[in-house]
This record gives sequence, C-alpha cells and structure tokens, in this order.
Amino acid sequence: MSLLEIDDLSVRIGDVAPVDGVSFSIDAGETYALLGESGSGKSMTALALMRLLPAGGRIVGGRVSFGGQVLGELPESQMRTLRGRGMAMIFQEPQTSLNPVMTIGEQVAEALPPGMSRNEQRNEVIRLLDEVGIPDPALRVHGYPFELSGGQKQRVMIAQALAGNPKLLIADEPTTALDVTLQAQILQLIKRLARERGMALLLITHDLGVARHMADRVGILYAGQLVENLPVDSERGLERAFHPYTRKLMAAVPSLERAGERLAAIPGRVPPLNQAFVGCRFADRCAHAFEPCAANVPDWTRLGEGHAVRCHLASLPQAVRTAETAEALQIAEPGQASVLSVRDLAVTFTQRTGQLFGKKRIQAVDGISFELNAGETLALVGESGCGKTTAAKAILGLTPLSAGEVALDGQSVSGLPERAFKPYRRLAQIVFQDPYSSLNPRMRVGDILQEGMAALSVGEAGRRHESIAALLEKVGLAPDAVNRYPHEFSGGQRQRIAIARALAVRPKLLICDEPTSALDVSVQAQILNLLADLQREEGLAMLFITHNLAAVGYLAHRVAVMKAGRIVELGATRDILTRPQHPYTQGLLASVV
Amino acid sequence: MSFQPVILWTDALVWLLVLACMGFAWHIARTPALRASWHKVLVRPMGMSSLAVLALFVLLGLADSLHYRDRLDNGQLDVEVKSVLDIALAPLTAHPERTYSAPLATHAQSRETVERPDGSVVREAPRLQFGGAHLADPEKDWLGDVLARGAKGLMLGLFASLLCVGLLALILSTLWRCTFAAALARLRLPQNGDLAWRSLVLTFALLLLATGVVASLAGGYHVMGTDKVGQDVLYQTLKSIRTGLVIGTLTTLVTLPAAIGLGLLAGYFRGWMDDAIQFVYTTLNSIPWVLLVAAAVLIVQVFIEQNEASFSSVAERADVRLLALCVIIGLTGWTGLARLLRAETLKLRELDYVTAARAFGVSGPRILLRHILPNVQHLILISVVMDFSGLVLAEAILSYVGVGVDPVMNSWGNMINAARLELAREPVVWWPLLAAFSFMFALVLAANLFADVVQDAFDPRSGVKHSDDPRSGVKHSDDSRSGVKHTNNPRAAGTEGQA
Repeated sequence: MSLLEIDDLSVRIGDVAPVDGVSFSIDAGETYALLGESGSGKSMTALALMRLLPAGGRIVGGRVSFGGQVLGELPESQMRTLRGRGMAMIFQEPQTSLNPVMTIGEQVAEALPPGMSRNEQRNEVIRLLDEVGIPDPALRVHGYPFELSGGQKQRVMIAQALAGNPKLLIADEPTTALDVTLQAQILQLIKRLARERGMALLLITHDLGVARHMADRVGILYAGQLVENLPVDSERGLERAFHPYTRKLMAAVPSLERAGERLAAIPGRVPPLNQAFVGCRFADRCAHAFEPCAANVPDWTRLGEGHAVRCHLASLPQAVRTAETAEALQIAEPGQASVLSVRDLAVTFTQRTGQLFGKKRIQAVDGISFELNAGETLALVGESGCGKTTAAKAILGLTPLSAGEVALDGQSVSGLPERAFKPYRRLAQIVFQDPYSSLNPRMRVGDILQEGMAALSVGEAGRRHESIAALLEKVGLAPDAVNRYPHEFSGGQRQRIAIARALAVRPKLLICDEPTSALDVSVQAQILNLLADLQREEGLAMLFITHNLAAVGYLAHRVAVMKAGRIVELGATRDILTRPQHPYTQGLLASVV
Repeated sequence: MSFQPVILWTDALVWLLVLACMGFAWHIARTPALRASWHKVLVRPMGMSSLAVLALFVLLGLADSLHYRDRLDNGQLDVEVKSVLDIALAPLTAHPERTYSAPLATHAQSRETVERPDGSVVREAPRLQFGGAHLADPEKDWLGDVLARGAKGLMLGLFASLLCVGLLALILSTLWRCTFAAALARLRLPQNGDLAWRSLVLTFALLLLATGVVASLAGGYHVMGTDKVGQDVLYQTLKSIRTGLVIGTLTTLVTLPAAIGLGLLAGYFRGWMDDAIQFVYTTLNSIPWVLLVAAAVLIVQVFIEQNEASFSSVAERADVRLLALCVIIGLTGWTGLARLLRAETLKLRELDYVTAARAFGVSGPRILLRHILPNVQHLILISVVMDFSGLVLAEAILSYVGVGVDPVMNSWGNMINAARLELAREPVVWWPLLAAFSFMFALVLAANLFADVVQDAFDPRSGVKHSDDPRSGVKHSDDSRSGVKHTNNPRAAGTEGQA
C-alpha cells in the first residue's frame, strides 16, 4: 500500500483536458518527479490532488487515495486539515508566495497545527526556521519578507510547508526562479529534509537535471498523459529511457559533455488538448512513427523493474527503431576584425532612499573590458543582479555610462548623444529573454520587422517586403506570418520573430540576453541551433548573456564570468569549463545539476 | 412655410463626434484584434441590451441636434429655435395646461376659485384643457379609457416588434445565407459565436411596447403630467436627453487630449516633465471640484451677460453656456485618466519591445504613438465609457447647485432643482422628479452595464484565451518562468517604488 495512489486521474477545464488518465503512486519516503514541458499538465495534476484546481477546472475521473483515504469522497472541511498536515506544497515564485505585510514568524505559525500556546508556537517556528537554514532564526521571526533574499524566501516557504509535519511534500518547480548556486542549495535542503523526516516528495519540474539529481523515479508527461515511468539509476541516470519523447528531451538539453554536437530539436508543437486523440499523442512529432502510431492509442509495456512505457515501439515486435545519431555542430570560425571593444565600462545608478532628498549610488557595472571579433561568441555568465543586462544596455547606448569606452566596429560610440548615436544603431541589436514582452501585441509581425529598417533607413523602402520574406524564411517561419499578430505564435516562434527583428537591420553584433531561459527545453534547442546557424551564415559577433553554463559550452568561443559588476574570469570556453581558476567560477560549475 | 437651419455650437460638435465614431467603427472593422474584442461585447446579452437602450437615447439626442428656425408669414424668422425632435413631439407641446397636473390626470392639481354658470362660486380643481377633455364623465370613464388606450398601445407596440423581428430575420438570413425560417429559428436558439440577437430583439420589443403605450395615452392625456407653467413633463424629459448626452460625450472630447497627452508624456519622458505635470494635476485635484467648476461657470456667465447682444436667440445663449460647461468640466476632470495612463506608461516603457524600438533609434514621439498609445487604448476606452455616466450625473448635481446649464434649457438637473420646491408643496408634486429620475436612471444604468461589459472584453487581465494555444488557461508557469531573471536595473526598481 503506497502513501499516495493516483489512478486514472482526469481533469477538465472547459473543453480542454490538461490531465488525461494519469496514474502513479508514491511510497513513503520516496521521491517521484513529474517531468514535462509547459502545458503537459504537471502542475494541474498536483493541484488536482490537493483539490485546489483553478476556477472552471474539475476532476472528471479517476481515484486519488492518500494514506488509505479516498480524497474525492472527503468533505471540504477534512480536506482542509489534510492540506498542510497530510500533504503540503511549495510553489515556484517565492516573491509572490509570501504575504509582504505579515512577519515571517506569523506566516510560518499560521501553518502550525492548532492548539499550541504562543510560546510553543514561537519555539516551533524558530526550530523550523533553523531546520531550513535561516541564520539567526530568533531574530528573523520578526522580520518581513522584503528583508530576505530570494533563496531565503524559498527557505521560509519550505519551513511553512514543513510546519504541519506533512507526509507528502509537493514541490512545484521549487527552484526555477532561482540562480544556479541557490538552486543547488535549495535542492540539497529539500532532499535532506525529505530523508530526515521520511517524507515522500512529489517534485514537479521541467528540468531533466533536477529530476535526475533528486528523484528515485521519474514520470514523463506529454500532452496531459504519462508516457513513461522510469526509475533513476544511480550511475546512468535516465539513460535507460525508452520513449522517443524522453530520449529527444534528453538530447535537447545542452550539456558540457556533448559540446560540439547539434542539439536534438523536436519539430512541431504540443497538440491542442481540446480534442479526442485516436493515436499516440506524440506520433506526428516522432521520428520513429509507423502505421499503428496514428491509428491506435499505445498501451503500457513493462520494460523492467518499475520501468514502463506507453509506446508502440516497445509493444509491437515488427517495430524497427531508426538509429539516432547526433549531427556535428559547425561552429563559426572567429574572424580578425574587431566588432565590439569595451574598455573599463562602468554604469552607476542613483537610487532615492527612504529619506527626503536621500540618494544612494549603486555601482551596477564596475569597470569591465573585453573584445569581440566578427563571427565570435562571447558568453557573459553571471547570476541575476550581477550587471550583465545593464552592461548590454550600456553597450547599446540605452543606459548612460558613467565611465569607460565602447567602440562598435572600430568607432568610439560612448557618450554620444542620441542623434549622433543613430548611425551606429544598426551595428548592434538585441534579443531579449521574454518573447512575450518583447513584441508589441498591437503590431503585425510585418510591421514589427519593418520598424527597424524604416527607422534606420536600411534597404530601399519599396523592397523591404522582399527582405522581410527572406528573413522569415531564414528564421524558419512561414511567409504568411507577416500579417499575423504576435499572440498567434508560440513562445519559440515569438523568439524567432524577435531574432528576425534584430537581424532586419543587418547588424554586425547581436546581443542575446538570456534568449532561451523563458522557453521549454525542446524549443530552447531549436533556438540555440538557429543562433549557431545564423552566426555561421552571417558572420555575426554574438554577446550571449546567460546564467546557464550548459548553453555556454554549446555555442560560445569564449566565456566571461561576471560577479557584482566585475568580470572575474575571462578565457576560452574549454579552459573555463574544465579548469576554472576563480573560486566563484568553480562554485558556479559545481552547482550545475 | 419655409425654415432656416440653425447650427448651434454643440450641434456641430455632436455631429463631428458622430463622424469620429463612424471612423472608429471603420477602424474596428479593419483591425482583427479590435473586432474580436467588440464581438465579445456584442455576444454578451447584457452588452447587446444596454447598447440597444443607449442607441435609443442617442437616436433621440441626435434628432434633437438638428435645429431650425421657422420663417413666419411676415418673412421674419421665428425667435424660437426648434429641432427635428420637436416636430415628432409636437402633439405633446400642442396642448399646454395652466399649471401643475398629475400624470394621466383629468383635473388640475390645485383648487381654484371657479364661477359656475349658475353664478355660484366654488373652490374646486378645474377640468384640464387637454388631459381627459374628451371624457364626458371623468369619474366613471377614466379607468376604462386609460385601459383601452393602453391596450391599443400595447397592440401597436406588439405589431411594431413583430415587424422588427421580421426585418431583422430578413437581414440576418442574407447574412447567414439561409432561409427566412432558418434565420428565425437561429434567432430563437443562437449558435455558438452568434451575437446576442435575441437580447437585442427582446430589449427592442420591450422599448417598443412601452413607446406604444405612452404614445397611445399621450393622445388624450399628459402621460407624465405637467409642470408649474402647464408644460408637458414627458416632453421636457425627452428634451433633456440631449443635454445629458452632450455633457457626457463632449466633455470627454476636452478631457481626452489633455489626459492622453499629459499622461503619456509624464510617464514616458519622466524627469522634469513628469514633475511639472504631476504638480499641475495634484494642484487641480486639491481644489474642491464643485467649487472650481462653480467659479469657472460664474466667470463664463458674467462674460455671456456682457455680450448678450451677440446672441441672436435664447437657445444660442443657452447652447454657448452648455458648451462652456463641457469645457470647464473637461478641463477639471482629466486628472484621473492622466494619472492612470502615466502609471501604465511607466510600466510599458520598461518593456522589452520599447527597449527594442529605442535600440533601433526610433524617436520618442513615434514610440509613444506606435508602441505605447495602442497598448493603453483599452484603458482609454474603458474610462471613457465609465466616465460617461458620471458626467451625466455631474450635470444634475451642478444644475442642482445652480451652476449647471442655462435655466431655460431643458435638463434633468434643472428639473431636479425645481423639484426642491415642488416636493415642499401640499399636495406633493412628485412627477417631474420621478420622470427626470427614471430617464436619467435608465441612461446611466445602461451606460454602466455597457461599461462593465466593455471592461470585461477589453481588459487583458480578464483572461484572454486564444483557442490556438493549448497552454492558455492551463498553465501559468510559462509566464512566471519568464520572471526568472529579475530586473537588475536598480533605478527602475527605485522609481517604481517612488511612483
């Protein structure tokens, strides 16, 4: 008898079925990871078993039993006691999950079981905060969330979840919003707590690394359905995965070991979930699909102890699996011409403090220098707040610099007024992190692409639609995109539009500010491949800003590691990734899971 | 008898506004995103019904905005300026009484000393000159007559409604490319995605029934009674519609440029411009509104009285005062929207697509026009629709205080102002207040309901779902994951807190 048993759970929101016949079980003390891309239904599954579905969502089938109790039959009052004391949940966004006007102590105490005296409560809260590694817990109890860093907030949230002494902890993307080093610490903390308390853990994640690192077993969700159940091997990790989707996902993650290989991209997108499926949901994106895939829904096939897969390739003897070979990635050879030269660049902000006329100076970028040649990629790596984006904006002349010099294509551009800067604007362009806020929702794609050309008078006005068509083809979009609005495109397609917009003025330098961190793994692979191809074809210099060290190894020639506004280490990618000199770089590399 | 058209200032502006609305409608038809939003408004039964009621008010208001002066037999122009609505309402004005009479009454409200034919003098409420004059014995015949006329009106209304349904079905059958019968069936049981035609039909039918009854009764009575000088109250109420609409719409014409211009400039350019604009609107906001308007209106009034000679008619003078009132309310009322737009612009200017445009060297005004303005459109629309009802009510308040429209102009505010004394009479004269109140209530309620529906349809936060996106409404982690990297621009964080 497992602690949690989910049998054939189905959820509907309107005519969409985000969870469709999902079954799994978790034993006490075990860690199970639900792995899937956005829209696969992993969070919905968790919310359904807490019976906390959003408005309009309802459970339409299946049975959830927790410690012998069938949850569907419990009245809401008993369900409420079960939440927190039986199962507790920690959320992705620590910034919004804590109430800003309540002290930390009050918020943790709220989750404690009733019937404690004030003194007992206080002691218990301090003990919990200590357990999750908050320094000086007796003092912090009276603090407010804004006094804590992101990682500490996440720790407080975990303390809150532990307050009811739950048997099952549900962690919904607990570290997605955190920096690499913090992620490693928080994961370690969760793992330790689960072990010490004998708590079962349901981990919801999109990150294969996290799943492999944390879980005993992994369930892979695709389009609302579980497609594979896989035990994590202590040595080989997820290597035994059978389902083509799982294998593709694994091949799509850039990793240090596979540098030099082209990332596997999954063509197409997740099918809409408001339809009845006749065949395998993955069939039309699968490289190995054969006749039965489109006609019959595959059933579970057992492949080993705890390993089962929903794929015709496993169940039908006549199936032949085509070989999977990774293509070699051709990385552009850097040229000799210097495209960007940055010398002692510094940016200072003045921030108003609480007092009247009080001002504080913040050194966001503190004297960084580097050179970038045509066809070369320099990765600027660092944690959030280290000044990488500010540096990029300063290079583009969007933020005034307080000191130093920036030269684009051999011409010094620092300190130029807007009018004098304009001729140099077309030399350097930028691609942003969030494809949802980087495209004006009220403009057609054609107008978006044309804006830069018109503003900088690139190309003849009459022939611009031809170059737009060529651009769309280059980034892999259909020509009819011109007349459509951004909301009609998925995240990956939007990022392609953003890249096309930057390329429209034929820049020599492309600054990519975390271009893939808002995207799913398979889409990230598509975009990284595209960037590598574009660089080779166009001879672009690229400044690649990221916190993802694995992606760095994939396409950068050189790496600059930034910490608190300074570059602490700069060198060839291979050297930095294999023999980091600076302790900070070593720490960063050690945190990659 | 010939006539000469008269174009008052507000007429010109009202028709200009109609033209602008038509242009806007054309723009909507061409823009898929806008069309989709308006479609959402019209799919909702509430949206369609309130729009139908509003449309009726607007129609009356527009008919009242075509003015002319009759040419008298001696070749001179009549001093009275009439409108097309006056022609339609001629039966109501044709038979004035001497003084107050209750709705549907046959006798005057107050007793008078009357000399009987036989020479005796008694105090009694005299028979009205028009109301129920056709009845031989009002005591006995009144109820039957009223019911008969009411029933006749209902039949008339029913007939007109059926005619309208038939007409609509005929139009829709060509639109849907189906038979007349199929169109009727689809009207009754709408298909997915159809506009709320049924609500339109029902609202229209109700309005027509009410109109039928009132029109039929008006043939023999004063349906809403008469006022102090014996004028028909229903006529006054109907004429007041235009005043309310003009205040509600023309004021926004003054408000919008100031609010949009200053709000966007303050939010986008920040710095000294923001400080200056904020200073202006905080100052404006700290003066009591009624006091400010009263002061301005009194100044205008003095100006009008000094230039009495330059107005050729009373209507013209009243009209200029109405226009002045619109301008005054507009100039004092732009701060709310400006503040809202400033805050939204502050948020939008930090978005990546604005940064991308700046990286292309696109100029500030152009960014405002192409990137910011289209993205605050919904806010402007919502606040315009919501402010409308507030302005109609403001007119009533200001006229009540005595600084509203010209006393000779028909307006709900003036009627309510007069009701102050009427309510103190014995017996109470309640009908002018009730008439003004119910019409104003209908207009404001319809406008508010419409505003609600518009807000739901246009507010992006009310869950815009795109059917082609499987993730929409299912999972939010996509959005929240985009918050992975928090702004590492401390200046932005600092000023947001300060704002």
